[in-house]
Amino acid sequence: MIEFEDVTVTYAGASRPALAGVDMTIPEGELCLVIGHTGSGKSTFLRTINGLVPHFTGGRLSGRITVNGRDTRTHHPRDLADVVGVVGQDPLDGFVTDVVEDELAYGMESIGLAPATMRKRVEETLDLLGLGALRNRALTSLSGGQQQRVAIGSVLTAHPMVLVLDEPTSALDPQAAEEVLASLTRLVHDLGLTVVLAEHRLERVVQYADRVVYLPGDGLPVVAGTPIEVMEVSALAPPVVELGKLAGWSPLPMSVRDARREAGPLREQLRSLGALRREVSSSPGGSSGAALTPGHAPDDTSRLRSAGHELASARDLVVTYAGGIHGLRGVELTVRAGEIVGLMGGNGAGKSTLLRSFVGLVEPASGVVDVDGVVPRDTKPSRLIRRVGLVPQEPADLLYAGSVARECELADRDARVPPGTCRALLERLTPGLDHDTHPRDMSEGQRLTLVLAIILTARPPLVLLDEPTRGLDYGAKRRLVEILRELALDGHAIVLATHDVELVAEVTGRTVVLGDGEVVAEGPTPDVVMASPAFAPQVAKVLAPLPWLTVPEVAAALEAAS
Amino acid sequence: MRPVDLPSYSRNLHPGAWWLWAIGLAAAASRTTNPAILLIILGVTGLVVAARRSDAPWANAYAAFLKLALVVIAIRVVLQSLLSSQSQGVEVLFTLPEIPLPDAAAGIKLGGMVTAEAVLRAFYEGLQLATILCCVGAANALASARRLLRSVPGALYELGVATVVALTFAPQLVTDAARVRAAHRLRGRDDRGLRSLARTVMPVLEGALDRSVELAASMDSRGYGRTTDAGRVSRLTTGLLTFGGLFGVCVGMFGLLDGSSPPMLGLPSLLAGVALSSCGIAVGGRRTRRTRYRPDPWALPEWMVSGCGFAAAAAMFATAAVDPAALHLPGPLAVPEVPWIAVGGVLIAALPARLAPSPPSGSLHRAVSSPARSSFEASLAADQRRETA
Repeated sequence: MIEFEDVTVTYAGASRPALAGVDMTIPEGELCLVIGHTGSGKSTFLRTINGLVPHFTGGRLSGRITVNGRDTRTHHPRDLADVVGVVGQDPLDGFVTDVVEDELAYGMESIGLAPATMRKRVEETLDLLGLGALRNRALTSLSGGQQQRVAIGSVLTAHPMVLVLDEPTSALDPQAAEEVLASLTRLVHDLGLTVVLAEHRLERVVQYADRVVYLPGDGLPVVAGTPIEVMEVSALAPPVVELGKLAGWSPLPMSVRDARREAGPLREQLRSLGALRREVSSSPGGSSGAALTPGHAPDDTSRLRSAGHELASARDLVVTYAGGIHGLRGVELTVRAGEIVGLMGGNGAGKSTLLRSFVGLVEPASGVVDVDGVVPRDTKPSRLIRRVGLVPQEPADLLYAGSVARECELADRDARVPPGTCRALLERLTPGLDHDTHPRDMSEGQRLTLVLAIILTARPPLVLLDEPTRGLDYGAKRRLVEILRELALDGHAIVLATHDVELVAEVTGRTVVLGDGEVVAEGPTPDVVMASPAFAPQVAKVLAPLPWLTVPEVAAALEAAS
Repeated sequence: MRPVDLPSYSRNLHPGAWWLWAIGLAAAASRTTNPAILLIILGVTGLVVAARRSDAPWANAYAAFLKLALVVIAIRVVLQSLLSSQSQGVEVLFTLPEIPLPDAAAGIKLGGMVTAEAVLRAFYEGLQLATILCCVGAANALASARRLLRSVPGALYELGVATVVALTFAPQLVTDAARVRAAHRLRGRDDRGLRSLARTVMPVLEGALDRSVELAASMDSRGYGRTTDAGRVSRLTTGLLTFGGLFGVCVGMFGLLDGSSPPMLGLPSLLAGVALSSCGIAVGGRRTRRTRYRPDPWALPEWMVSGCGFAAAAAMFATAAVDPAALHLPGPLAVPEVPWIAVGGVLIAALPARLAPSPPSGSLHRAVSSPARSSFEASLAADQRRETA
């Protein structure tokens, strides 16, 4: 269906090609997953398929790509609209109209289909993607998962043979991601559609893939093959594969189901270890936070640390927005020095609102927010940053200078600290960053660390992060985990609002689950995440009912036993 | 009779009908400063919006326009009180401290005595402008400008898309600006006003630019522009004809709404403009092969709604010809009289609250049925059945 013949893409002004020597074929009816570190050329790869690269973006493309026999060198993206459907990273950016039904029809109107055909296809697509109840809804009023499905539907109505998606589930909560992936697998199986998608969250998608394309970046050759073949060599792998590698299972498991069938002996082995653990920790002196916590690697002490003095609290916090949506209803939360708290819950459950109340960006309707003895809403920003710092969902919002060095200087001046403070912090977080780089040219992970360094410049004891792993690959995520642990050891209290169950399992000691503006569950992370399948990390699902949450924990336990 | 002809058949009314109705009411309001009539017009717009608006986000436009209208009235009244002079009336309400001005500003007075006549006159004039604003707000709430653009003819399609994109970005810019301002707070900047504005502009524009590029990529990949293949000459003629036509329409509208302009400026240039742009649209329409999904029908309710708006305007123009004194108070303190023809016309314009079909309801209830979930639920139900059996 799609043939790449020795394809190399070099953007104007770039010293290295963004994509080099791709030579492969994607057959019809496959779900092809594209993986790679940030900046390895995933988006470029996807955009070559419908000719957006180079027709739209500029740059030089050598080699040849044919889609269903059409050469992208001679066909513009619009001439391929009936063959390839492309869904971008943020669906809202790609919407042209404002109502679901019109959006589905837009592509067909451009192609010039007869009204009767359009009518039929819109109805079919509404049914296929379960959007029937939303047909008259304004696009902006939909949830993230619904928007993503409308975006998929809007390109499906043109009856393309290939569907290309760039990170379709990164911004979604686990349930919404399930919705979207279920729709995609259904399209592959029912319609024989060829789907090419890029995704960082391998734990969500690798089990559905027929083929994985690994772009290692740095001019290394592209690896393509079945998921099992690629996972064996790839530096990026979901926890379930890591667990399989650790336990030496062959073939490697791709899904929780695969792993669970292999995991019997491992569970037995761990059960004997776990019984010992539990006896020790359930003695009267054990703190509740450590009661169910199994063995840890020596450096993994954050979860066991007993929390220090109370740093910040919200009491009976109520926040109401115009129209009464996305509010908080009587939320209680206390954060202590030295602990890492995970804040989970579906899209619109109030996670961001709660974080924003702690930095005074949201006016409480009633209730009290207290950060280190001050009320955030009534405190001057220049004083507040010494008490609390928030890394927002889009870290780039905080950046506007032309270079990293300039950003650091501004941060020093804003925080009124000696020049060089921010730069030293940044050097500690990511050594060897080029200080002349423009923030826009950095990878998501680098931008996140830069913003974190800027926030930390004022030395706030409380650090809040809103959805920090969006767009981060596993390497960047591992680095973030290390940084967060170091900060907690320094006595910072950290609150993470995230959909990423693996991150929560790895770093947090306590988890708070919000639902519709209320605290639904709160307690030690192992207790909370084990109680609900939606929030359980993969390792917990494989080893349930044993309370191990991450691969390093299992590795440490096995090591301690041997 | 087709179902679309029945007012009881629930559907979205053609946006053009609502705009014609609103223009009719606005034209009526533009001809009078009689507060009684203006208040009735205001009430009519509010009534119809309350009865026939949908639950889409833009349906809240009326409230925004109403607030703007109140601000307009307040500004007029406050300015008039400050600049009031004795020449406007004798009925002194209260006296403000007078601020002495240099000789260069002779004839202008700041503060001093405020007369009831001056304040009332300002109030009535503000009320007229506010009423016209509310008519526009009603049209926006009942049929968003974007839905109106969906009905533009094929020749104006590109123009329509450009406008839609612009309309999308205006609210987005506001959101972006709020986000960037929040970011300033997070970085610990206290400054407000111009300095912070200057710092906000760059990131906001950058974000808007990124999004436009993303939107353009999306439109390109979805086949935008592949059906228009026109020669330069045809493109130029279409452009000139439609542009000239639209200019004529604008001038004509201005002439009609502004009572003091010469009669030649009104209806004749409006008609000429409509004719010109029709030609342009006909010429341009031939070159596009774009099709349209479910165009809004123009049926009996559309005729009735636009007719009601026309009736209000006609009644007002008739009163202006027969009894012009009734439309403007002899003095601000006079008790307003109620000219029955004009009021009757305006009341006819309230009929769409019943005559227009109600918009499809239930579009806001949050029924989320994903294939995954529904099949899961189905299997659950099957399990339960098995258990009970």
